[in-house]
Amino acid sequence: MCGIAGLIHRGNTSKVGFELQGMLQALKHRGEDSTGYALYGKTNGENFIMRFKIGENVAEGSSSVKEDVSVYDERKKIVDSYLSELGAKVIKEDRILPYSLRYEIQYDKDLMEFSQKIESVEGVEILSMGKSLEVIKDLGNAEVVCKRYNLDKVVGTHAIGHARMATESGVDIKSAHPFWGYPFSDVSVVHNGQLTNYWNNRRVLENKGMRFMSECDSELIAVYLAEKMRNGATLEEGMKESLVGLDGVFTYFVATKDSLGMAKDTMAAKPLVLYESDDLVALGSEEIAIRSILPHEIDTYDPFDGEVKVWQI
Amino acid sequence: MANLKTSEKKTKAQSMGLHSEVLTGKTQQKFFNPDEAENFYYFGTYDVDFNKRTEIDVKNMECREANKKIDELMKDGYGTIVIKNPQGKHSLGVGILNKLNLIFEGSLGYFGCGSMDGPIVRINGRVGWSCAENMMAGKVVIEKNAGSCFGAAIRGGDLICKGSVGARTGIDQKGGTIIIGGDAGAFTGFMMQRGRIIILGDVGINLGDSMYDGTIFVGGKIGSFGSDAVEAELTDSDQDWLKRKLKVAEIGENFDVSKMTKVVAGKKLWNYDALEPTEKKGAI
Repeated sequence: MCGIAGLIHRGNTSKVGFELQGMLQALKHRGEDSTGYALYGKTNGENFIMRFKIGENVAEGSSSVKEDVSVYDERKKIVDSYLSELGAKVIKEDRILPYSLRYEIQYDKDLMEFSQKIESVEGVEILSMGKSLEVIKDLGNAEVVCKRYNLDKVVGTHAIGHARMATESGVDIKSAHPFWGYPFSDVSVVHNGQLTNYWNNRRVLENKGMRFMSECDSELIAVYLAEKMRNGATLEEGMKESLVGLDGVFTYFVATKDSLGMAKDTMAAKPLVLYESDDLVALGSEEIAIRSILPHEIDTYDPFDGEVKVWQI
Repeated sequence: MANLKTSEKKTKAQSMGLHSEVLTGKTQQKFFNPDEAENFYYFGTYDVDFNKRTEIDVKNMECREANKKIDELMKDGYGTIVIKNPQGKHSLGVGILNKLNLIFEGSLGYFGCGSMDGPIVRINGRVGWSCAENMMAGKVVIEKNAGSCFGAAIRGGDLICKGSVGARTGIDQKGGTIIIGGDAGAFTGFMMQRGRIIILGDVGINLGDSMYDGTIFVGGKIGSFGSDAVEAELTDSDQDWLKRKLKVAEIGENFDVSKMTKVVAGKKLWNYDALEPTEKKGAI
């Protein structure tokens, strides 16, 4: 069934990694095949941060094939050479896990061309590309992933996350949420539900040059919105169009560099609880997610069917 | 299946406004008889004293532990129990088949107060999905908002939300009354079979979709009618009942019930008495 959570501090920063970890851990009964974080950190806004994977986590329950670490090393070498070819300067490089890396990059050209080149390396996927966004996703529950990637100290303005029960595709990082809104900098999406016109939409979007990295239906939302924005729609306009264009049941969150939005399908088949105040908006599949960061008595409500909302930092 | 008709012969319970229809035909329904109430007995129910009051803090308890504690307190004769710090936990206050005053000082998660029969519950907060699902009797009052599937499949009692509720309120409702002080979402009264829903605010699309029976009263705007849901005449009797019900529920003071819209089943989709194909063969 999956659980989603998000929060946005308005006019302030906070330890969003720690807060989101608490929210997602409260939802772990909704699925702990994998957990993903999209954190919008406090950065100088000059360089891109690229989170990417060069292999899969082949832990218990994984649907991936085990590869030797030397394969990862070889892939990293190719990525490094491609970055050089693209004119991207690596300012800082962290290999957090054998298969997971974080690069701080100076780059000022087309992101689509960049992504296509990097992802042409077999087994390599850019999880996120942005000047404040970092997508971190892996197998296990929120606590496990947070600890594995040291996320509890990340300071930022907003974040969205996902606790996944795999139903439509494999237990692996490529099918885990959040999905990056390729090729847009700093756009990420998490989704709870099932989309029934996935293949129809996918075929249309692929013909328009959009890229899909998994067979997870939720990825469609990120690609769908990215395509709308590529054609000049605002985020909110794209989200409103998605209520008609996407078929099935869904509640999803989308975040950009300075905003966070939610959309709920016209049957309101998937849950969402919302808390709004002047300085904080917190939302999740269940109230207990919000309670993990706001233990005192608060006023919350369920957005209605077909509702779209967007908040700015 | 049964042929539904309005009978002039009303039982004592019906005269109190508990039922408006009598089932006849193949299906028989036994109405609750107040004279026989004392003969009702549930295993595991206790004699409690409403003046005997206690509090429990469930902040660090799992829902099973908290529900077990409530049961133990009823066994000790406590008739008024206050639950502190529920903090949105799921499945609190479920399966209580006892007379009891139960007060939650805070919000509940999913399935709060489900499958209960008898208690009077006040929730000084919000409730998540499927509050009071399958309630048989009693009264639940929610001071704030409620999630979707509010009062799903209830068979009796009063379920009152002073705020707004999500989608599919009263889905599969089989009796009792649901009262909403604010707005309600899509598919309210979806497939309801009996009972009444009162919404003082607006309601979303597909109101009363595929409802078999029962009545929905709406004070505000209606998004759209669902399949086989139709508007009916609001009678004086309806207005009297609405006034009485709202007064007892302590909600909508001075609300003008004469402007409410009454929605019932069009009964065009009914196929109850049609024979199954195999039965038709037998008849021939």
